[in-house]
Amino acid sequence: MKLASYEGVLLVALVALVAMNALASPFFLTLGNQINLVQLSGEKIIVALVMTFVIVNGEIDLSVASIMGLAACAFGWMVQAGTDAHLAVIAALLIGVACGAFNALFIVRFGIPSLVVTLATMIAFRGISRILVEDQGIGDFPDWFDALGQAGVVGPFPLSMIIFAVGAVVAGVILQRSAFGRKVTFIGLNKDVAAFSGVDVARIKATIFIASGVVSALAGLLYAARLGSIRGDIAAGFELDVITMVLLGGISIFGGSGTMVGTVLAILIVLNLRNGMALANMTGHIQTGVLGVLLILSVMVPHLKALVGRVRSHAG
Amino acid sequence: MVDRMTPTTLRVLALCAVFAATVAFFSLVIPDYLTPRLFNRVSTSVAIIALIAVGQAFVVLTRNIDLSVGSTVGSVAFVLGNVAMNYPGLSPFLLPVLGVLIGGVFGAVNGVLVAWLRLPSIIVTLATLAIFRSVLVEFSTGRSVATGALPEWLQGFAQVNAVEFGGFQVRWMVVVTLLVVLVAHVFLTKVRAGRQFYAVGSNPDAAVFAGISLQRTVFMAFVISGALAGLAGFMFLARFGNITVVAGLGFELKSVGAVVVGGVNIFGGSGSVLGVLIGATLIDLIDTSLVRWELVSEFWREAVLGFLILGAVVLDTVLSRRLLLRRMRE
Repeated sequence: MKLASYEGVLLVALVALVAMNALASPFFLTLGNQINLVQLSGEKIIVALVMTFVIVNGEIDLSVASIMGLAACAFGWMVQAGTDAHLAVIAALLIGVACGAFNALFIVRFGIPSLVVTLATMIAFRGISRILVEDQGIGDFPDWFDALGQAGVVGPFPLSMIIFAVGAVVAGVILQRSAFGRKVTFIGLNKDVAAFSGVDVARIKATIFIASGVVSALAGLLYAARLGSIRGDIAAGFELDVITMVLLGGISIFGGSGTMVGTVLAILIVLNLRNGMALANMTGHIQTGVLGVLLILSVMVPHLKALVGRVRSHAG
Repeated sequence: MVDRMTPTTLRVLALCAVFAATVAFFSLVIPDYLTPRLFNRVSTSVAIIALIAVGQAFVVLTRNIDLSVGSTVGSVAFVLGNVAMNYPGLSPFLLPVLGVLIGGVFGAVNGVLVAWLRLPSIIVTLATLAIFRSVLVEFSTGRSVATGALPEWLQGFAQVNAVEFGGFQVRWMVVVTLLVVLVAHVFLTKVRAGRQFYAVGSNPDAAVFAGISLQRTVFMAFVISGALAGLAGFMFLARFGNITVVAGLGFELKSVGAVVVGGVNIFGGSGSVLGVLIGATLIDLIDTSLVRWELVSEFWREAVLGFLILGAVVLDTVLSRRLLLRRMRE
């Protein structure tokens, strides 16, 4: 990784941020705070890994938060009806597969833009959660299930953190070191050329959306375990946070470029920034506003060089 | 005859048919369905969302998207509420004008970033969605606007009728929205400056060769979207009175939904604001009617809405492809 690259800039920003936070509060660099910081967003950052594939592929998935919600609500609904919780976990993951396949059907088979399809299914999947649980909250899950979200699984590290760490490495290798990853990027660069070069575009797109569905369902279950209960609006609005993290990581919204290293660095920056701002008593909305400014800057910086060039050529 | 119609006209006609079928269906399954009250309720709530959707349509026509409109509605409603509380003697005409101005400035921020700095609109407006709302929170320091503190004319504005006949009440809000839709329709179909939005959306390169300024057209689309969201913010304040930091949350996706159901191509270049008005009304009608249908509980509303949007898009894609194929064969 070169320091002059976008990822290099992210790394420098991350180091500076951690140093500033550490100077501002003696509690920042404690293991407890660091685990807490990751755990509080553990579900979103797992989804961000798979969202990277979706966006590099030139698509978008707005339905991830609704799939998280649907998996969590379906799990709660089944447990309440007396289903064994182990079976309910498997069923909830299968629902994630089904949701992803449903998205893929319309995007790949009918050729409808993913922005439109997942906007509609975002509302529809959320609607199914509401039909399942109506306006009640469901809790009283088995202890082993709650422990998955709340207790340390390996030493003090919770399950979501381990899944994220392992997932980040695996996702990075797949995206940047495997034939599948090359094809994903190729399709994002130019779908038609990829198809003419013998890449099975439909199959790869379908695989990515199904992966997005099942990972979102897993994240939804982890979120339900951490909260210990579910409601119809669980995880609502998470899609924007997830997409923001990925775009901050330098993944082009037009597809075809971006690295998993970028996404992971951006995730760490967002987590540290939010934690630091919270320690400085800034409210959640203001934190989101600051992230918004960062998001614009992140797309503006790569443009600056071209922009300066244009202004010069106009002047000359 | 069908062959001679433009795809846009066909779409609007198909929407009208779906609309009529929906009304017929619900009047069969819900007793006492077709009453003036239904009209009054749906028309008032459509007045707000249709304004936002028309602005969104301008942006979508130019191949962009504006996700910040919900935050604009909330911020404007909040600022106007504060102004109205602090200066109760202010002329009633100034408040909506102020709303349009603030919304227009918000839209101009988006417009500069997208049109001149050439940043992707989905990223810019995703960011300003957060930024505009944090402006609202900063302005409010967490306090909210309460109905009781507003001047009386404002509290009553949403109920004032322009026309009334046999229980049908056409509110002033509805008249304003209809006027906006009409002006937008005439502008987009008959005026040169309006046709430019289609030109830029259907083929940007050709538009540039035809001497159209891409930048100015895209910028104007965002300003129009912001200004209409600002006007909607005024109506939101008048209708609900109580404004909290979550005001207008989710309007961005509702407006995109109305635009898509209304038959505007998400890739730009085609669509009609009349379709958008019908799309917005259809969504609201279904939303309102499902609450009253005994067979399903009110918790079915979102699911039905989502699958409806999907169905509308699939139908539209399949039909327009068929039409294209048939024309090519001829």
